Amino acid sequence: MESFEPVLLANIQKPDSHTLRAYEASGGYATLRRVLKELSPAEVVEEVRISGLRGRGGAGFPTGLKWSFLPADHPGPIYFCVNADESEPGTFCNRILLELDPHQVLEGTIISAYATRATTAYVYLRYEYPLAYRRLSEAIREAYQAGYLGKNILGTGLDLDMYIHRGAGAYICGEETGLIESIEGKRAWPRTKPPFPAVEGLFRKPTVVNNVETLACVRHIMERGAEWFRSIGVPPDPNDPRDPGSFGPKLFCVSGHVNRPGCFEAPLGIPCRRLIEEYAGGVRGGRRAKAVVPGGLSTGLLSADELDTPMDFAGPIKAGCLGLGTGGVIVLDETYPIIDFLHNSCRFFAHESCGQCTPCREGTAWALQIVERIKAGRGRLVDLDLLLEIADNIGIIPGTTICGLADGAAWPIKTAIRKFRGELEDYIKRTNPKGWRSTRPVPAFSLEKTDQANSMRTPVA
Amino acid sequence: MSQESKAQTVEGRGGALLPPEVIASIREYFPRYPNTRAVVLPALHLIQEALGYVPKSAVLELANVLGIPASDIEDTLSFYQFFKQDRPLGKYRIWVCRSLSCALCGGENLLDYLRERLNIEPGETTADGRFTLEAAECLGACEYAPAVLINETLYPTMTREKLESVLDELSKQDINGHG
Ligand SMILES: Cc1cc2nc3c(=O)[nH]c(=O)nc-3n(C[C@H](O)[C@H](O)[C@H](O)COP(=O)(O)O)c2cc1C
Ligand code: SF4
Ligand code: FES
Repeated sequence: MESFEPVLLANIQKPDSHTLRAYEASGGYATLRRVLKELSPAEVVEEVRISGLRGRGGAGFPTGLKWSFLPADHPGPIYFCVNADESEPGTFCNRILLELDPHQVLEGTIISAYATRATTAYVYLRYEYPLAYRRLSEAIREAYQAGYLGKNILGTGLDLDMYIHRGAGAYICGEETGLIESIEGKRAWPRTKPPFPAVEGLFRKPTVVNNVETLACVRHIMERGAEWFRSIGVPPDPNDPRDPGSFGPKLFCVSGHVNRPGCFEAPLGIPCRRLIEEYAGGVRGGRRAKAVVPGGLSTGLLSADELDTPMDFAGPIKAGCLGLGTGGVIVLDETYPIIDFLHNSCRFFAHESCGQCTPCREGTAWALQIVERIKAGRGRLVDLDLLLEIADNIGIIPGTTICGLADGAAWPIKTAIRKFRGELEDYIKRTNPKGWRSTRPVPAFSLEKTDQANSMRTPVA
Repeated sequence: MSQESKAQTVEGRGGALLPPEVIASIREYFPRYPNTRAVVLPALHLIQEALGYVPKSAVLELANVLGIPASDIEDTLSFYQFFKQDRPLGKYRIWVCRSLSCALCGGENLLDYLRERLNIEPGETTADGRFTLEAAECLGACEYAPAVLINETLYPTMTREKLESVLDELSKQDINGHG
């Protein structure tokens, strides 16, 4: 691990790293040239499959496998979507790639579009990234001018157009079929699968959706080879035939109560503790961590004694979390109340549920109401079981919803209550010692001023 | 000019609500997509940028430009909280992040501060049309928590004091036009 050499962030410190000139000066687009000249699309798919690359957008699906689901003899068009919606709380690595090294993402995308025979690529970019929008627009313009995009790319007969499609502030647009609906000009309601996008996606045509960081990885796999990629990370668990391993470098975003928040490149499998202590400078104010979100809010919480969890695709699952998610590590120090975490998380998901599935729409709203009531000092111990019951019944994993947002809403609740039940029970007993039993909702907490919290404690029978 | 009177002037122009340049820029998006329905989101952005909001009559006009039912556009528009339909946005749209990383670093206090100072709730615009306050979910800038986005500018690691001086500065700016 000590010999680990960053590649995804290798250039971001260089002056004008976002320009074509700087990118080409450090060897940029040489891989694209070579791939287009020497390899067939099928050979690129095969190399990516062998590398073991798994999607960096949250689900960890093997990229080569996903590409191989495209129908082999489709007359086209085939569409490529770059998922740059990045809205998972605690995640900002796509923004850094797009602001500081957009050509790296473009080169990976052009290679991937070649591999999948796509002729149009849409970058779905969240609206709140104005600098990324400017940098990426300029990079696309430069790439057209230099013959890396457009008709007859580098004289090889390959055509590829690339457009940015800007979002409008909804988290659900990051879900790949919500993203597709949003490009089509509709509300971003995720689609029931199957059919999967590879068979019937954007404009009802075969479609690939990949995350920004996944595509940056493709560029390096094609430069250095699948074996290089497999030399980094964690091999498959021999006792689990379904574990394909976790290979390659990963960008980890560390934020919250740490001394040096930031985005760091490390091998998959690095212990969470090392990210916090060595990369992010440790917990702020010399305090200890109480809990850590391993991979974006959806993934739930690790407790302080689970910090040696390896940050590969399997590690956080073994520790009871939803998964590695986006690698967005959020550190909560020992002074931060778990009830506040629960409230923040429930509010987020209730706000972002797209409303299509009843279990998700109603479940997230009820969970928020219960948590608001507990927070306002009118909780009862049975509320914790009620919350668990809701959490256990919403999501793709119990099979009640169309998309994974509901699972993301459930895991913070499950992990907070299972791992910090004592603290939550103490809070309820302390704030509601007389055991008021009203289940009436409190006025929306999110809109109350913090210093009015006390007045809301007045019991309403 | 109050928001109401501004809204009325725009609505009052009847058929010619969308300036020709805006219609032209909307048409520039046509070749990018196999159908015009896909131009709805880019078009709504262009309209909101030009008018400060997307009034109902602009939706009718857009339906004509795109050749699709106005109800389809309304359906999309109402899904994305980003677009306003009732009145123009303030000159400065202030997004205060309240998601976890920012909340851990004091983001919610900033929201409270702005509600008091501007005397409006999230989603509302000040009477002078200068500021719109928004409670944002993760702005993807958590290393700068608490983060505030004002129009196109990200303000990193904000404190009450820093926000105060940013607002003082913006309050002095000329108020014509949007963003
Ligand atoms: C609610 C929800 C939100 C998501 N948001 C994002 C996102 O912002 N960015 C992203 O790349 N993937 C996101 N995903 C995952 C995508 O659905 C999809 O798996 C991913 O874009 C595939 O790309 P990858 O295989 O390269 O990771 C989200 C999934 C869900 C269920
Ligand atoms: S699970 Fe939730 S967010 Fe996903 S489609 Fe259903 S209602 Fe929408
Ligand atoms: S939580 Fe505020 S920017 Fe991410």
